[in-house]
Amino acid sequence: MTDPLAWLVVLPLLWGSVAFMTGPVHGAALGLVGLTLQLALAVAVSQQLAGGIEFQAIGGWAAPLGIEFALDGLSASMLLLTQLVALPLAIYARPYFALHPQGGDYFWPLLGYLTAALNALFLAGDIFNLYVTLELLGLASVGLVASGGGSAALAAAIRYLFVTLLGSGAYLLGVALLYGAYGTVSLRMLTPLLGVDAPNAAVLAAGLILAGLLLKTALLPFHFWLPPAHGGAPAPVSALLSGLVVKASFYLTWRFWTALPASLAAPVAAQLLGLLGTAAILWGSIMALRQARLKMLVAYSTVAQIGYLFLLFPLLTQSAPAVAETASRAMLLQVFAHGLAKAAMFAAAGAVAVAAGHDTIRDLRGMAARLPITLFAFGLAGVTLMGLPPSAGFLAKWLLIDSALSAGLWPLTVVLILGGLLTAAYVFKVLRQAFLQAEQAVTCLPLPRTLEWTALFLALASVGLGIHPGYLPGLANWR
Amino acid sequence: MTSSPLLYALAGAALFVMGAVGVILHAHLVRKVLAFNVMGSGTFLVLVGLAQRAGAIDHVPHAMVLTGIVVSVAATALALALSRRLLNMTGVMELPHEGER
Repeated sequence: MTDPLAWLVVLPLLWGSVAFMTGPVHGAALGLVGLTLQLALAVAVSQQLAGGIEFQAIGGWAAPLGIEFALDGLSASMLLLTQLVALPLAIYARPYFALHPQGGDYFWPLLGYLTAALNALFLAGDIFNLYVTLELLGLASVGLVASGGGSAALAAAIRYLFVTLLGSGAYLLGVALLYGAYGTVSLRMLTPLLGVDAPNAAVLAAGLILAGLLLKTALLPFHFWLPPAHGGAPAPVSALLSGLVVKASFYLTWRFWTALPASLAAPVAAQLLGLLGTAAILWGSIMALRQARLKMLVAYSTVAQIGYLFLLFPLLTQSAPAVAETASRAMLLQVFAHGLAKAAMFAAAGAVAVAAGHDTIRDLRGMAARLPITLFAFGLAGVTLMGLPPSAGFLAKWLLIDSALSAGLWPLTVVLILGGLLTAAYVFKVLRQAFLQAEQAVTCLPLPRTLEWTALFLALASVGLGIHPGYLPGLANWR
Repeated sequence: MTSSPLLYALAGAALFVMGAVGVILHAHLVRKVLAFNVMGSGTFLVLVGLAQRAGAIDHVPHAMVLTGIVVSVAATALALALSRRLLNMTGVMELPHEGER
């Protein structure tokens, strides 16, 4: 009855559904209570992890026929990240939608389903259940993007929907082929089976699954749907999508990479992912520099930062186990750093847009004097993304550069440093404008304190994690 | 003479490819939705073919197909609802070409 794993999935479904029936006012209160409970559960789950990896059969029906939840260090960390980002954003969303009612009606139920999908995804122990959670996640995200209103957001949502459906469709066919080849969908049972020669069906399946997940993670060249969707959605929605949703499909790619080694983790595939990641970093950063609107800049920044995540795969495949271990820890830290920092950045951008009434970077002169806390939050988030000490981003990049040098992959080092410089360029582009003296009087709507302080909290968390990375459950136990 | 599961698998693969290409290439939104459904049907055919491979029928793929159908129905409903709203807003049943890339 008090099992935290099941409650992490059931609780958001419950409060989401009740929020749908009661409307946004009570829905917000329900959401905040629900998310607080979920955060407590996620923390409890990370404590529970000290006992080792845990498998739990739902309803007592074990694999291969039953649905299994599997908990290890990576799952517990991702669960913690989800709740840690979702709760401040929910606190942020309430005053935001009080000022901007557009999109607030269905935000709370969709947030409930989104967090339910994320929690279930991080806990799922079989690949078919993962398909279901991926679809739920996709539909909830599309709903959130479309709720922003306006034909641009709607078009972006439809494009996102088709891309995500294409991705899930490819993933499902991969699952079907894997079932055909091995007779089971449970990850725990598949992992030893795939050690040796994989039949062609398994290689094809792995390719399909990878393609589907890459579409959902918006890795170059599949990134085209992300900037309009994340740039056009309401600020709390953009923060959730950039901070959490893209991480979910990256987590799955990582999970498949380590669980299904022989068929998926060919060095060629690893190098391809590394190349695409590099291209994403460069392209995303250059496009971010060219943007005129603040939210579009942050959205392109997400495209670039996703590239960093995919630099993990060359480090996993082409190096000694100890180096791969360091690279994995570094990437988990990077996932946390980026999730918190990007959420903070979108929150700050949304606050600026609310106060200034517009989104244009050029017209942000004098904002720093009017909105010091908000710009400070933006700057701190930028510090993490750039990789300046003492932030978590710095620690992650440091470890990644260390791993790359140990593995002999010095081009990755160059890419990491270059990426940091490009990130600095577009962060400073915004900060410079904000710190310039305004020529005429700047009109600024009064900003609810909550908006600024939640953004600042998220940014401080991303920096503080670098000082105390021990808070992460880490990768101690790996399934 | 091709065995029945192989026939299902080939038909399913062909439908999947046709559907996927259709989702990407068609401009009209309802056609995209239809192509997505064809793609889903292809995957379900592959699963059904897998179910009848060994002598006795394996029911796990059937369960997966049913779940997949339910998910497709929900996704199709969302896609159609959003497309209809876009039609009401812009008067065109197509995604606008992106101004900036």
